[in-house]
Amino acid sequence: MNEVVATTLTVVALVVAVWAAVLMLAGKPVLVNKWHGLVALGGVALLELGLLGQAVGGIVAMIATDRELDGFSFVGYLVGPVLILPLAAFWALAERTRWGPGVLVVGCLAVPVMIVRLRQVWEAHG
Amino acid sequence: MAESPPESRPDAVSARGDDDLAARTRSGPGRLLIAVYAVFALAATARSAVQIGTRFDEAPLAYLLSAFAAVVYVLATACLARGSRTSRTVAAVSILVELVGVLAVGTLSLLDPAAFPDATVWSEYGRGYLFIPAVLPLLGLWWLRRSATR
Repeated sequence: MNEVVATTLTVVALVVAVWAAVLMLAGKPVLVNKWHGLVALGGVALLELGLLGQAVGGIVAMIATDRELDGFSFVGYLVGPVLILPLAAFWALAERTRWGPGVLVVGCLAVPVMIVRLRQVWEAHG
Repeated sequence: MAESPPESRPDAVSARGDDDLAARTRSGPGRLLIAVYAVFALAATARSAVQIGTRFDEAPLAYLLSAFAAVVYVLATACLARGSRTSRTVAAVSILVELVGVLAVGTLSLLDPAAFPDATVWSEYGRGYLFIPAVLPLLGLWWLRRSATR
């Protein structure tokens, strides 16, 4: 797996989570017609693209490597965040209160956790 | 419980009351709660599927408990999101089971670590998950209570 990609995605996820937390504390819902809402959704979209790239690259790396690997868990932690983010965005957009960006915080924080587990599985500690 | 019994109201009013209840259950803080429940439902389901599918013999008790926890989380998530009277009752029961589960498994895993060679979500009161599994049922019960009335 690509360490640079994993670290970059962790940082991006944390930045988007912080931005969503700011919106939540400021009482701003996630709205597509407001710049701050678009920034949050744009961040989520960017993160989603990166996660898709990581999933493809990770599966290719898994096939290419000759190390012992818990393949099911590895693929699970690659694909999991790719599924969680769009669901979180959809669930957040349905809410017209500060709790909408709160959902994005949860979705974004799940990403670094899954990347930590992905690393552990790759290094066979998990 | 300030509401009058459903049979004394016209159907239209009763149906709207139920819609309000469902909307109330899944909005505001409830929306965030359901999101956290959904993450746990997904994580627990995927993890226990891998455990049972690939290495069940290593720690049967722990893996069965993982699967049980997964079912509880999925049920709680779906019932909270649905928010009807019946599903709120099912949610309340599954959240109570979750609370008992995390307390029982948490205590057992400390008293008899040998019985749990591999961790479950509820081991050591959910320490591997930042103790969220211990706090989540309390928040769930609080929210069901708070969203019951306007």
